Amino acid sequence: MDADIILKATQLTKQFRGFYAVRDVDLSVRRGAIHALIGPNGAGKTTVFNLLTKFHIPTAGTIMFDGEDITHEKPAATARRGLVRSFQISATFPHLTVLENVRVALQRPAGLAAQFWRSSDVLKQLDERAIALIEDFKLMPWLREPATNLSYGRKRALELATTLALEPRMMLLDEPMAGLGHEDIDHVVELIRKAAQGRTVLMVEHNLSVVSKLCDRITVLQRGEILAEGDYATVSEDPRVREAYMGKEAA
Amino acid sequence: MSTASDAADRIERIGIAVGLVALVAAPFVLYPVFVMKLMCFALFAAAFNLLIGYGGLLSFGHAAFFGTGGYLAAHAAKVWGLDPLLSVLFAAFGATVTGLVVGALAIRRKGIYFSMITLALSQMVFFVALQAPFTGGEDGIQGVPRGMLFGVFDLDKPLMMYAFVSAIFLLGMFAVWRVVHSPFGQILTAIRDNEARAISLGYDVDRYKLTAFVISAALAGAAGGVKSLVFQLASLTDITWQMSGEVVLITLLGGIGTLLGPVVGAIIVVAMQNYLATVNFPVPVITGIIFVVCVLLFRRGIVGELRHWASRRASHEG
Repeated sequence: MDADIILKATQLTKQFRGFYAVRDVDLSVRRGAIHALIGPNGAGKTTVFNLLTKFHIPTAGTIMFDGEDITHEKPAATARRGLVRSFQISATFPHLTVLENVRVALQRPAGLAAQFWRSSDVLKQLDERAIALIEDFKLMPWLREPATNLSYGRKRALELATTLALEPRMMLLDEPMAGLGHEDIDHVVELIRKAAQGRTVLMVEHNLSVVSKLCDRITVLQRGEILAEGDYATVSEDPRVREAYMGKEAA
Repeated sequence: MSTASDAADRIERIGIAVGLVALVAAPFVLYPVFVMKLMCFALFAAAFNLLIGYGGLLSFGHAAFFGTGGYLAAHAAKVWGLDPLLSVLFAAFGATVTGLVVGALAIRRKGIYFSMITLALSQMVFFVALQAPFTGGEDGIQGVPRGMLFGVFDLDKPLMMYAFVSAIFLLGMFAVWRVVHSPFGQILTAIRDNEARAISLGYDVDRYKLTAFVISAALAGAAGGVKSLVFQLASLTDITWQMSGEVVLITLLGGIGTLLGPVVGAIIVVAMQNYLATVNFPVPVITGIIFVVCVLLFRRGIVGELRHWASRRASHEG
């Protein structure tokens, strides 16, 4: 086994009532890489993603994270290992403030989650770390604002700050640019680049210019199977990929 | 910024102050048993509100815990001759166990299915209350002695009983407030807001939901236990599904997810029932109309609308 591979899926298959959403996918993500999963609509990207984060149970195949089999683990347990996902629709806690959102991520590792008999004042000891993250993501002006009042781009930033609070070894980002305006995309690219320092990222993304800028390895899916894999130059030169995916974009 | 929610909290704090004064003055102005009944329902609704208001879980079987508490306290006080406080604690303990069983089953499903499971299981508890040898069937347990608290305070004296009920009521309300404003309460709110995200942050959400469910059941049981001591009767009405519906109405009317909402709701509903009891007009029709008006016109409930009004005013100024 290659110690450099942090996440390895072997022969991953997911069947929904006889229909193969994902079939025999072998995927290896190198430690420290920013790896992209691309493909046309319905290619099975989100299904692969949900399998890797345990929100779906694979019909067949195995998933190894850092040398350990996590195929049949519960999603929360996988998250506690340091494999943390984001969602296509920005995932914040809308009625909690920005500060509280980040603190929720800090509470569990700090052992401050189950105590129902203590005052929530004890959570103030987490403020310093939370605020440092919030500053990094330039959200200080909205510190005590409920997350629901933030713009879409800032919700994305808050989501990343919350994810980073867990200090995950690996982040899985589900279409981080979905729903963002042009002006926000560059900002979020920078946020991801910053967040990726010292950790591994696997992202599903439609926006190919983002992928070309950010990712050092790309896997192309089509109809639930892997079509091609390599760096951006290799993949974008591949005639099958051009036909299946980029050809359509160019047309 | 935060001034909006501060203003809303301020209005509730004023409400608490007014409520405390009223609590002291009430037995000299009103019929004490009426106020005690009110406190029982307020605590019951507060327990229910903990679950729906902060956990987003609509239990449609909370009468099971209220009623179980009532029967257990009545049995403990009458048959075993237990101290009134111990009887109430025993009621809370029994409701905790019932809550653990019902909760563990119901928590596996979400939304309407969760509500339906709680309803179905509470009907089973009702059946037990109707058939079990110690519950007195249709008659319930009658002639429950109020007893001597710690062997010293004679609870047959109305003011003594009133003080006892007030103490338990305030303690129960404090418990709800403490749970809501605790590290646990924060996670519970997060789960209500976005369950999938909470899972992705590593939380075993079912454990948190079950904990909330059990705490809520325990407090509902204590409320039911106190009620059976106040009326010296554990009755089948307290364990019917209509009672589960009534606590939904009380909480909705007062304001889901507010501290004082259940109290205000209980005051209105209990007062209405008491004063309309002598009128020929059927009470259910009136509660039905109020329910509809509430849902159509002020969905946040009375306290919820007040908080909303205060926070909007504050954010306009600020």
